[in-house]
Amino acid sequence: MNAIPVIPTVAAVTAITIYVPRDSTAIALGANQVADAIVAEAQERGIPVKLIRNGSRGMFWLEPLVEVATAEGRIGYGPVELEDIGALFDADFLNGGAHALALGLVDQIPYLKNQERLTFARVGITDPVSLDDYLAHEGYAGLQRALSMSPEAVVQEVFDSGLRGRGGAAFPTGIKWKTVANAQAGQKYIVCNADEGDSGTFSDRMVMEDDPFVLIEGMTIAALAVGATQGYIYVRSEYPHAIVALNEAIAVANARSYLGKDICGSGKTFYLEVRKGAGAYVCGEETALLESLEGKRGMVRAKPPLPALEGLFGKPTVINNVISLASVPIILARGGAFYKNYGIGRSYGTLPMQLAGNIKFGGLVEKAFGVTLRELLFDFGGGTASGRVIRAVQVGGPLGPYLPESLFDTKIDYESFSAVGGTVGHGGIVVFDDTVDMAKQARYAMEFCVAESCGKCTPCRIGSTRGVEVIDKIVARANDGEDQPRQVTLLRDLCDTMINGSLCAMGNMTPLPVLSALNNFPEDFGIEAVQEVAEH
Amino acid sequence: METKAQVAAIIAELKPMPGAMLPILHAIQDAVGYVPSDIVPLIADELNLSRAEVHGVISYYHHFRQHAPGKHVVQICRAEACQARGSVALEAHAKQTLGCDYHGTTTDKQFSLEAVYCLGQCASGPNIMIGDDLYARVSNDKFNRLLQTKRGV
Ligand SMILES: Cc1cc2nc3c(=O)[nH]c(=O)nc-3n(C[C@H](O)[C@H](O)[C@H](O)COP(=O)(O)O)c2cc1C
Ligand code: SF4
Ligand code: FES
Repeated sequence: MNAIPVIPTVAAVTAITIYVPRDSTAIALGANQVADAIVAEAQERGIPVKLIRNGSRGMFWLEPLVEVATAEGRIGYGPVELEDIGALFDADFLNGGAHALALGLVDQIPYLKNQERLTFARVGITDPVSLDDYLAHEGYAGLQRALSMSPEAVVQEVFDSGLRGRGGAAFPTGIKWKTVANAQAGQKYIVCNADEGDSGTFSDRMVMEDDPFVLIEGMTIAALAVGATQGYIYVRSEYPHAIVALNEAIAVANARSYLGKDICGSGKTFYLEVRKGAGAYVCGEETALLESLEGKRGMVRAKPPLPALEGLFGKPTVINNVISLASVPIILARGGAFYKNYGIGRSYGTLPMQLAGNIKFGGLVEKAFGVTLRELLFDFGGGTASGRVIRAVQVGGPLGPYLPESLFDTKIDYESFSAVGGTVGHGGIVVFDDTVDMAKQARYAMEFCVAESCGKCTPCRIGSTRGVEVIDKIVARANDGEDQPRQVTLLRDLCDTMINGSLCAMGNMTPLPVLSALNNFPEDFGIEAVQEVAEH
Repeated sequence: METKAQVAAIIAELKPMPGAMLPILHAIQDAVGYVPSDIVPLIADELNLSRAEVHGVISYYHHFRQHAPGKHVVQICRAEACQARGSVALEAHAKQTLGCDYHGTTTDKQFSLEAVYCLGQCASGPNIMIGDDLYARVSNDKFNRLLQTKRGV
């Protein structure tokens, strides 16, 4: 793995502090080489520097983003390439000198400044695996307060915050915790769903790589609240850097009594372990995930029983998404009412949204619910990376519908989105320009379902294969007036069967991208106009 | 034979974990490069399962391989955000350059090609992973250069 090199720090009283991210996107764009080269160049020039591998601020078009600590604050330079380093030193960047890559004070960059970062408050700022850095930035304030409260009061605080699960289903977290807290059992579990399989989503990854302690703290608070003593973080195998960062942080937390026996001298116990997934999208579905953790094929279980009552190894289990759990520390530290003050309608708090695909300024934007899609796409995202017009946007992962321009003014909140047939899901926003072929995207949605179906229900398992074939026929017969309408009807029937005959969202939501492509972009299928509007 | 002993040691060490199956399979694949079919009976015996159950788990997950891969496994992200940034053209280029399709291995056994569905780098695609190393914004040229540096390493 592009392992983070151990960088010798040239120790001296006057060492200048430099930050180069260890986030995997930054690494994929050359951050390790840049970090090495900066240290080497400083050594050569005899300048004492202290290099910190921070997380990413989430402005990925600027990665690798190098920051220098100055008296005024942290000044950024980016995106830095190896060949820029000599010139940066020549320009005295270590003292904030002027250079073409200079970005000024990083906190003042509008993309960052205009966000409302609660869950991501520390991300990009701290050294992800330094507990002292975490503590210096309000870390473990939530746990400290939780330790002074009764478990019931902790659950109530989370309930009062209005937090709803960020993994997709948006179920109130407080109610889930209450169910587990009230269950009678000798053993209970906290399971973190870190499978993050949706295309266009990376906020879970960023929390795990760039501020792992906030997840560990959130899970510890959950454990105290419901009476669990063992936790698992189920991380997808596609995230090796997240697994490394989590394990480093867990080791530190154990060594300093923030995990394990007698947490912070409270007499409470919580053990935490990382488990690696094995490349199955459906293992993000909570019951499939539990099966997988138990060592079986990750197939969806019928509910009831709810995992809250019979979850991992048949015991009461809190299973929550990474962002849901990582939002808990600030709720406990500042109070449920503080968190609830953000947002609109019944969507309280903030959502870390992810701008992905063909977008100029792709990255992470945490805002209170209520921001519109258009604001995200243009004010933050700056339109497409290709400079062409945005034609379609898929929100909420591979099971989310493709939205046309007419829906860009929709507010991002659970109710507004569902009113227009959209899904907020995990907050992933994938942008396509006008070169996209929407029939191909519809075909891909079915193909993805073929590859990832757990196989339990026929409509999902077989229907998706038939779906690919029917879409191929529609496109092939674009000029055949006779058969095409019949094939379109067949596709709609098939989608209807999948929606109504599938056990989980894999089967009953795959029709969303397919039908939205067909309804909003019929010309790509060689169809004149929308023939009928699908019922949901 | 060496492999068998290695695998036996892995199983003995990890067996006490609750839900030990996936950790065991990961450890085997990390050590051997794949999960050889002749160790299925060994795992079945040790975990008190039928061979069919063990085989069922191995074959269910995309991550586990039942045959030895090439020296470097090249994974190309096929998911939507990368598609929107040109991954479809990169896939075609990769298949042509390597002379093999997904799940295939080059004739010199240097590279195996696999599909992956999202690497969590969706703002800066097209993305690939070679072994455990991630690369973002991969153009055809960058792809060629990466293969060149990995070749023989
Ligand atoms: C096919 C499928 C895939 C899912 N993938 C994920 C995932 O990757 N991460 C996640 O947190 N939830 C995922 N979910 C939702 C989970 O089933 C579940 O709702 C979530 O873990 C509950 O946690 P929360 O209440 O904190 O959101 C998926 C659901 C389905 C049906
Ligand atoms: S809908 Fe598909 S993924 Fe979900 S349980 Fe049925 S077969 Fe499995
Ligand atoms: S879609 Fe390719 S990395 Fe996410």
